[in-house]
Amino acid sequence: MEQAASSLPPPARFGATDRKDNWWAAPLTVLIALSAFGVYATFRVVQNAWYAIDDTASAHILSPFYSPLIIWDGMPRWLSPGMLILWAPAGFRLTCYYYRKAYYRAFFLDPPACGVGEPRRNNYLGERGILILQNVHRYFLYLALGFIVILTWDVIKAMMWPDGFGVSVATLILLLNTVFLGLYTFSCHSLRHLVGGRIDCFSCAAMGQARHKAWKGVSKLNSSHMRWAWISLFTVMLADFYVWMVSSGVITDFRFF
Amino acid sequence: MSSTAQLKIFRGDRNGGAMVDYEVPRTPGMVVLDAVHVVQATQAPDLAVRWNCKAGKCGSCSAEVNGKPKLTCMERMDKYPEGTAISIRPMKTFPVIKDLVTDVSWNYAVNKKIPPFKIKEGERKYYQYEADRVQEFRKCIECFLCQNICHVLREHQLKQEFAGPRFLVRVAGLEMHPLDTEDRTELIKDAMGVGFCNITKCCTEVCPESIQITDNAIIPLKERVADRYYDPIRWIARKVFGGNDSRQ
Amino acid sequence: MEPRPTHQYDVVIVGAGGAGLRAAIEAARQGAKTALLCKSLLGKAHTVMAEGGVAAALANVDDRDNWKVHFRDTMKGGKYLNQWRMAQLHAQEAPERVNELEEWGAVFDRTKDGRILQRNFGGHSHPRLAHVGDRTGLEIIRTLQDKGIHSGIDVFMEFTVRRILISDGAVSGCVGYDREKGAFTVFNAKAVVLATGGIGRCWEVSSNSWEYTADGHALALWAGADLLDMEFVQFHPTGMTWPPSVKGTLITEGVRGEGGVLKNSEGKRFMFNYIPAMFKAEFADTEKEADEWVASVIAGKIPTARRPPELLTRDVVARAIHREVAEGRGAPHGGVFLDIATRRTPEEIKRKLPGMYHQFKQLADVDITTDPMEVGPTCHYTMGGVRVHPETQESTVPGLFAAGEVAAGMHGANRLGGNSLSDLLVFGKRAGEHAAQHAKRSAAHPRIDAAQVEECVKESLLPFERNEGENPYAISEDLQKMMQRKVGIIREDKDLREAIEAIRSLRERARHTKVGGNVQFNPGWHLALDLKNMLDISEAVARAALERTESRGGHTREDHPKTEADWGKVNLVMRLRDGNITLEHVPLEQPPAELKALLEGELSH
Repeated sequence: MEQAASSLPPPARFGATDRKDNWWAAPLTVLIALSAFGVYATFRVVQNAWYAIDDTASAHILSPFYSPLIIWDGMPRWLSPGMLILWAPAGFRLTCYYYRKAYYRAFFLDPPACGVGEPRRNNYLGERGILILQNVHRYFLYLALGFIVILTWDVIKAMMWPDGFGVSVATLILLLNTVFLGLYTFSCHSLRHLVGGRIDCFSCAAMGQARHKAWKGVSKLNSSHMRWAWISLFTVMLADFYVWMVSSGVITDFRFF
Repeated sequence: MSSTAQLKIFRGDRNGGAMVDYEVPRTPGMVVLDAVHVVQATQAPDLAVRWNCKAGKCGSCSAEVNGKPKLTCMERMDKYPEGTAISIRPMKTFPVIKDLVTDVSWNYAVNKKIPPFKIKEGERKYYQYEADRVQEFRKCIECFLCQNICHVLREHQLKQEFAGPRFLVRVAGLEMHPLDTEDRTELIKDAMGVGFCNITKCCTEVCPESIQITDNAIIPLKERVADRYYDPIRWIARKVFGGNDSRQ
Repeated sequence: MEPRPTHQYDVVIVGAGGAGLRAAIEAARQGAKTALLCKSLLGKAHTVMAEGGVAAALANVDDRDNWKVHFRDTMKGGKYLNQWRMAQLHAQEAPERVNELEEWGAVFDRTKDGRILQRNFGGHSHPRLAHVGDRTGLEIIRTLQDKGIHSGIDVFMEFTVRRILISDGAVSGCVGYDREKGAFTVFNAKAVVLATGGIGRCWEVSSNSWEYTADGHALALWAGADLLDMEFVQFHPTGMTWPPSVKGTLITEGVRGEGGVLKNSEGKRFMFNYIPAMFKAEFADTEKEADEWVASVIAGKIPTARRPPELLTRDVVARAIHREVAEGRGAPHGGVFLDIATRRTPEEIKRKLPGMYHQFKQLADVDITTDPMEVGPTCHYTMGGVRVHPETQESTVPGLFAAGEVAAGMHGANRLGGNSLSDLLVFGKRAGEHAAQHAKRSAAHPRIDAAQVEECVKESLLPFERNEGENPYAISEDLQKMMQRKVGIIREDKDLREAIEAIRSLRERARHTKVGGNVQFNPGWHLALDLKNMLDISEAVARAALERTESRGGHTREDHPKTEADWGKVNLVMRLRDGNITLEHVPLEQPPAELKALLEGELSH
């Protein structure tokens, strides 16, 4: 439809809005939180140390940043085992429908907040340009599902102490982290599509009832996808930090039984 | 009840305009549209505003109250503290006709491009659990607040390229209908430009019907487009096993 | 004289609610070149407000239902003043019309076996209302809208028709202005269908939107057509009463259909005291029996108990509430209590009545899952309107058709809930079909009488020529208050005479309105013009109400409280002759023997 020339909006002015609330608070918080995580994770992966509690008295407790642990003889010093695997969960989060929203707003200011002027008005392509690659998300999902299995195995190993079954703070933290990572992964939009969202007529599809149940289940989790995204981001950092602190001898892991 | 409300209402037309101050008495339960009507009845009979049902069911009275898109008939005045003026502007994304009335005809032109519902032959039974998903989309009252707030339309003015959240919701309601046989995936990708949406969710935030526009309509449509166009494994599977995409 | 922009169409439809859209779809399907004119944007018409459902004897929930039962319920609800043939066609064709909507994409709530679900409603013997939660009207208008835009109809939005044009005793088109620019345009048409809805804005407490300014009624009257049954105005029993901002806003009858009960300030379910003799056999006389009925309906069983008296016809319930309030047993804000909170779980309420939940929460700070609502009667619907041929919907003016609320006859003295949506589908289709056929029969377009056009334009622009005058909003408000007081739910001789007098002086004031600004989207001007419609039709209502010295359905006379058998054989017809509204008694047409037998079986109760 033709637009009358006079009705075109005024030139771009970043931050222009009639809103009277603190619209900048949310994107600023996201900016700070995601940046902080990025800095922490990068440091820890490059650090290439203190990622496992493996003294002889303890169960083997591995930081989620380094699981699965891939090491071989003659591995170059600059290459950390974290680098070998962390691209997968990082890719899962980077292409996640929730995080996309969060960083498009907080980092790209596209838009900074609803009804607030953007710094750039021209040449917007959305997810049609290079960002068409975001469609790879489902493949990262497949990998992320594998990671849930591995991390579950890590939790089991964290209960296998030299003298038999045991639970320490580290065990609980790994368990907690795996649960929240699981909730985050199982609430994924792509999974929701895969298990049933792609079906129009459940009553005429093969295994329609079961797939409808699965879709309903994932949908329920999905409505809190943002919450799981943040909680699991925090727990994964917590788990790594705890392992770092214990393995470097700053604190001692407390075993309940 | 002697308290008053200060309003700043946009007065003007296609050639421009200005915010004009008005003052009206506050009454219990008053909504923003009531305040506008009081201005109309007592101070400015030619103040243009659209409204119909005054119960949040028709989606006519959309405007921007303090910069946020609202149905003015459902927006309580007592949400706004006394003493500061409330600004009421027409929706920014559409050309102003007069005062709070905008030219939303573009939306009707977009709607016309969507191929209609085509019912499948034979048995027409389907169940409430299947209807539920589609009924959420059919709650839409076409207030166009989502179209107004969507930055693709509002900031980037890509009205030729992008159909906007309202019509992605509509097409989702058609595509996910258990009895519909039309295929609109290509339309969603190309003519409707679903890729322009960067899922920043402002549409969902403003929807007065609380339709989960982004999560329940747009993202599932993006996934369907990905199935068809951006997923190499599915592409190979289609080549090998034939058929399109198994959506029964 | 400057030439007016003129469009030529076979069929022009005025109004784009359910009836107008359905008529347009049908006219276009018949091959007629069709224009649809509407005062608002497409899809905003008052049909969106219809909540409870569309009545059709699909027999999906209770297989005892069929068109004959529906016909009988409709006639009984209308106190047997209905045009029997319309009631019959309506009952017979409604199921087909509803199924057709499903084919066009409507998504009705489903039964357990995957068919269209139906709910109970006042006056319907069986669960009969196909519905979508409490937003059935929205579903219907959206379905018709989306069907319509692919039917080759030209839609002219925000266009107000001011006059039906007549040449050689038949319709030649209409003239009106677009609201945006205020420019007058002529539509030269072989047939015009009025689908303009009702007249509810003539009352102060009304569930109707600004559009309901009696346009179609007035256009028909001015064009020389007959109006029928104008005394019958339906006050819906349950409108909101508080806060003032939403006074009159509708609360669906579905609340009572889902088990909601009416209580007075003493906490008593008063409806048991108001069951009329003709309904005694079908309604529960104890709370226990009424609750049994609700319990079996909720359980999805066919009830054996009789139904609760809250589901009596609207006229009965509205009068009962009025009486309770008048006798001092009302709720704080001039209504009574409607309680669903103690009857159903919060989850059920939110699922079955989401719109109501939302409406009360947001506008009245009331949580209907924990607290009762305050409700009172609100002007809702007019049974009276253009007198039409029951099969073709053609008025007494050749080429002028009417469908939906603006047409009369289908509902008699009182309309059953749910029968409006089915009415507009059934008769919208018929009007579109017959208007198209009428257009086919005339080869050339009728000539336009330019003098009629210019007279209309000149008269319409008069408010701009006055520098002095009254604000149209003040006159409209005075009219509404006066009608509410004197031609409201309970009427009497003295009030009605005063009302007719008052209309005379209001009309004088309306001749001297002043509107500021210019012709571009100027609501003050629009209202100044609408006042003429509202005043003429208010007069028709008041005069018909004065004439009918009995109480029946939507017409209650304090001074003539009885329903009189003699009046049951008479319809009142009004028409404009030489500038005056005349009134005539016409005998009610009697149904053929086999239909009469259906009704008499009922009457013998």
